[in-house]
Amino acid sequence: MKRIEFTDVLYWLAVPPVLGFALFPFVYAIASSFKQGNALFSSDFWPKTWSLANYAGVFAEQPFGQNLLNSVLVAGGVVALSLTVSLLAAYALGRVSFRGRGVLMMTILGVSMFPQVAILSGLFELISALGLYDSLWALVLSDLIFTLPFTVWVLVTFMRELPKELEEAALMDGAGVLTVIFRIFLPLLWPAVAATSLLAFIAAWNEFLFALTFTLSGEQRTVPVAIALISGASSYELPWGNIMAASVIVTLPLIALVLIFQRHIVSGLTAGAVKG
Amino acid sequence: MTSQTLTSAAPARPSTAESSLQRSRQRMAWLLVAPALVVLLAIAGLPLARTLWLSLTDAQLSDLSTRQFVGLANYIGDAGVLADPEWWGAVKNTLWFSLLSVSLETVLGLAVALMLNHPSRLKTLLRAAVLVPWAIPTVVSAKMWTWMLHDQFGVINAMLLALGLIHQPLAWTADPDLAFTTIVLVDVWKTTPFMALLILAALQMVPSDCYEAAKVDGVPKWSVFLNITLPLITPAVLVAMIFRTLDALRVFDLIYVMTSNSRTTKSMSVYVREQLIDFQLAGYGSAAATLLFLMIALITVSYMALARRRMEGH
Repeated sequence: MKRIEFTDVLYWLAVPPVLGFALFPFVYAIASSFKQGNALFSSDFWPKTWSLANYAGVFAEQPFGQNLLNSVLVAGGVVALSLTVSLLAAYALGRVSFRGRGVLMMTILGVSMFPQVAILSGLFELISALGLYDSLWALVLSDLIFTLPFTVWVLVTFMRELPKELEEAALMDGAGVLTVIFRIFLPLLWPAVAATSLLAFIAAWNEFLFALTFTLSGEQRTVPVAIALISGASSYELPWGNIMAASVIVTLPLIALVLIFQRHIVSGLTAGAVKG
Repeated sequence: MTSQTLTSAAPARPSTAESSLQRSRQRMAWLLVAPALVVLLAIAGLPLARTLWLSLTDAQLSDLSTRQFVGLANYIGDAGVLADPEWWGAVKNTLWFSLLSVSLETVLGLAVALMLNHPSRLKTLLRAAVLVPWAIPTVVSAKMWTWMLHDQFGVINAMLLALGLIHQPLAWTADPDLAFTTIVLVDVWKTTPFMALLILAALQMVPSDCYEAAKVDGVPKWSVFLNITLPLITPAVLVAMIFRTLDALRVFDLIYVMTSNSRTTKSMSVYVREQLIDFQLAGYGSAAATLLFLMIALITVSYMALARRRMEGH
């Protein structure tokens, strides 16, 4: 029989509390979201009668369907723009040696460390000047500040690892550089591209400061702002059932995506941080 | 980081055909980088410069065009940012918040990473579970915790009362003595997974022959951890700490949603946005924003210098 080691005992003692801490809040949010009326204030964990009233309420009391669509459009637009622009840049930065490359990489890294609030007034001025205030384009543009540096860095790391022969053969056959990037490298890079897209999508989906500042009307809000601003008759009467239902709606797709792509996510996160 | 970028550059060869080919390749590289550079200049460089400029004026947000140059009055004047005790309160809150949450996250993240690295059939399930807090939007986690910590109906108070750990319900977010701790704990819950994943990646890169050699020699496990594992993962842990510190220093969402108006938890980002948007003081707010920017830049540079020296020391 295998000897039981001290670390195994420690491990099995640690697993239940870690699982509990990680999962309890979201499970409790789900349970709360199905409780109707006064059941919300009872001490039962699961609802006695499961009710969808909170879910109906979220959509009835504010343009939540529109808010969801806005979030999808903004996050989708941000991902499409960041990826196109950063694939081009990552090819140059990862595979061509040219003067100033190191400086460029450090500058891009510097931008990613930027506190977003530090440029809020300048960005507000720019967005007003472009006539984009209270429009989704304002959010697409400003979200690029934090997605673009990240996608460039991660894609450069992966671009570097592709074999040189592949590229040389294609160039020899007269293929243009865009063909090399989008027809030859992109299919090979797809796990990395999927991971970076997902991380950029999540970052844009969760973005709060710009969305709160650059939109005004309820119809232009993204979901984080919509959830933060759900209010009741007074601050003591927040409709917690609705808030929990909205929270579950915006979080479930993210959790599903993260669980499906978890391997890729870990490699994407670490490519930027550890290998860099 | 730079050295790696530079050493992978191939040396130029003397042949003229080759070098003209290389020149055209370099031109093409600049063309390919150009879109990214233009975007970053337009949305980060330009707004930063404009923020700096606005901080020297008395501009109001409602009408940015009529403004007067006031020099450094927004910084060091009698009514300047540096003379506002509330600003210094926000600075103190932000620094304490970053220090406490990053230290706690590092210790807990290391523990969780060791757990995820332990061979077991539960490995995949555990990693999936640990990813859940990370996947939840900050605003949602702030709302979830505010509900769980509700002073009257919150499940946390109910559980603590049932266990006899407290004798009356606590106002976790409203009580000025508790609000700060609450914010730190919720942030730790949300961001420990990130730390754990980065540390796990570093743990997995430790060559297994190190462990096998130690096992053959009968070195105790705690000694293996202290003398082999820890030194090998330290660089990666430091990088992860830098990332998290920079994130923590600009904390906004969590505090805005959980305790928006409380002076005891207000962070620098919350202060800046309040001046800029709520009070419409574009000039004054920009001055506070610039100070925040300078402070983070300073911390980044000294942190990196320190990390580099530590890594060279080992």
